[in-house]
Amino acid sequence: MSEQQRLLAVENLQVTFDIMPRNAWPWTRPQPLKAVNNVSFTLNEGETLGIVGESGCGKSTLARAIMGMVPSQAGKVVWLGENLRGLSLKQLRKRRQRLQMVFQDPLASLSPRMTVGDIIAEPLRTHYPDIKGAELREKVDAIMDRVGLHPHQKNRYPHEFSGGQCQRVGIARALILEPKLIICDEPVSALDVSVQAQVINLLKNLQRDMGLSLIFIAHDLSVVKHISDRVMVLYLGNVAENATRAELFANPRHPYTQALMAAVPIPDPERERAKPPVELEGDLPSPMNPPSGCVFRTRCPLATEYCGKEIPVLEDKTGAGHWVACHYVEREEKLN
Amino acid sequence: MFFSDKHAGMGELADTLAEDAYTEGRSLWRDARRRFMGHRAAVASLLVLVLLLLFSAFGQFLSPWDNESIDWASLPNLDEDGVPSLASQHYFGLDPIGRDLYQRTVQGSRISLMVGVLGALTAVVIGTLYGAISGYVGGRTDAIMMRTLEVLSAFPFMFLVIVLMAVFGRNVLLIFVAIGAVSWLNMARIVRGQTLSLKRKEYIEAAMSVGVHPLLIVLRHIVPNVLGVVIVYATLLVPEMILFESFISFLGLGVSEPYTSWGALISEGADAMWTAPWTLIFPMLMLVLTLFCFNFLGDGLRDALDPKDR
Repeated sequence: MSEQQRLLAVENLQVTFDIMPRNAWPWTRPQPLKAVNNVSFTLNEGETLGIVGESGCGKSTLARAIMGMVPSQAGKVVWLGENLRGLSLKQLRKRRQRLQMVFQDPLASLSPRMTVGDIIAEPLRTHYPDIKGAELREKVDAIMDRVGLHPHQKNRYPHEFSGGQCQRVGIARALILEPKLIICDEPVSALDVSVQAQVINLLKNLQRDMGLSLIFIAHDLSVVKHISDRVMVLYLGNVAENATRAELFANPRHPYTQALMAAVPIPDPERERAKPPVELEGDLPSPMNPPSGCVFRTRCPLATEYCGKEIPVLEDKTGAGHWVACHYVEREEKLN
Repeated sequence: MFFSDKHAGMGELADTLAEDAYTEGRSLWRDARRRFMGHRAAVASLLVLVLLLLFSAFGQFLSPWDNESIDWASLPNLDEDGVPSLASQHYFGLDPIGRDLYQRTVQGSRISLMVGVLGALTAVVIGTLYGAISGYVGGRTDAIMMRTLEVLSAFPFMFLVIVLMAVFGRNVLLIFVAIGAVSWLNMARIVRGQTLSLKRKEYIEAAMSVGVHPLLIVLRHIVPNVLGVVIVYATLLVPEMILFESFISFLGLGVSEPYTSWGALISEGADAMWTAPWTLIFPMLMLVLTLFCFNFLGDGLRDALDPKDR
């Protein structure tokens, strides 16, 4: 893939929140919580990057940090060759035209006192105040039609729609500015399975027709498998593994990814029972106090003393674009 | 043949349906109005309040007297001639110095209601904007704005009113200023609290991610969504303002003669309570009626606008 096609490059992005400990005095130093730690990836035009991980591993924070809605402490977000970090809010607002977001809770992401038509038109009104009247109406109608909503419903209010329809409204709002990238923050996890499929297929079609790039955050592996070109696995704010979809699902190399794959239920009781049980012990450690060395070592079946000393680097060991952050990728292969 | 005809008909039907199918949505406001209409006490209160407003606006045309001239003929024998009667056209009787109480009540209602409504309006406008901006911007700005508010609310306003009256003389305008200055403080606090919880909602985040200007986010997304609470609080604020004015007037610091207000009338009436009870009873009834109605109205509005009820 050539350099011109590169849309977004995130380099060593770090997001830290200052957390006041409980019962703190006003002068107590707040403690840092590393929500996103040294995350790097690139995204090309027309590509879909799936981001998976447990809840609380920093997926949504990463998305918001890319949008510039959460301040990041270090690293770069290079958008079309320009670092978005360090831009003023005003400059950032302009860039956001090409960089839109779809949210998790379809109903909560729509203002309850506005009609659906007004909600969809809002981005246009914000960035192109000259578009008015019939022209505006036409554009809204066209985009509603595009996402599978009847334009005559535009005088209705969000609470009169179903979850799937609300999500379509959210997608229409994100699309109306003809963005290059849409960041979908768990867009289907609040929907029924059948509606999930509709929304995902809608996103896929839109992507094909409009040449969109997507960052697709989810915790459902099957959804990610369906839509992504590349998949990135996050654990406690760190990238565990980043590979093409085919490669990752066929040949997961990080022990965390392997455990995630093993946890996907198979809709066949015979095979489900025959499946070797791979269980992770314990819970996600607190990001306030992450384990030393490899953050996954407390729950890793392969961990040794060495893992506590050295932080594994995200490396492309095979040279085939399969990035893994684990000291024992080779050893584990021997074990298999 | 038949089939294709039917098809064409269906197509036309679909077209006409699509034509006028721009359905009106059922807004949350409309839902609220429907719920409000189901609240009988509130609707009745609203009706009474409208009548009271009409009374204070046009009541003076129903009586031949006016609010400042003294009925010299009845003055010598106030205890008997000053009694409320339809025959003498002193519907509410005479006050202790022989002026027509009906006209004075009409005029007093005008001042009292104006004070109440204007006070609440100031509270709504200033309080909502101040609270929404403070809550939305957050951080240091929020801290400074809130501390300012605390300093203002710690200030003894009775004292301020007394000083104002002593320096500038008794003036209706000053009462408005004084009441306007106090009324918005609590409102700003309530709106700030609401804004803090709204700020984390996804639709606010969505507006931010779209790139809407922060001031527009406040005006377009936050204010309409706190308006329900604001309206309820404002209707409950109106009686509070009326009481506040009555209190000032009762102390003799309110409006100056020949103008009067409910508070001033009640104060005069309380002095003459044993010889001319009607001088107390009529203004008092008006005040009580208004306070009850506003409280019922607030109740009904709260039930209608409570988002949890949705």
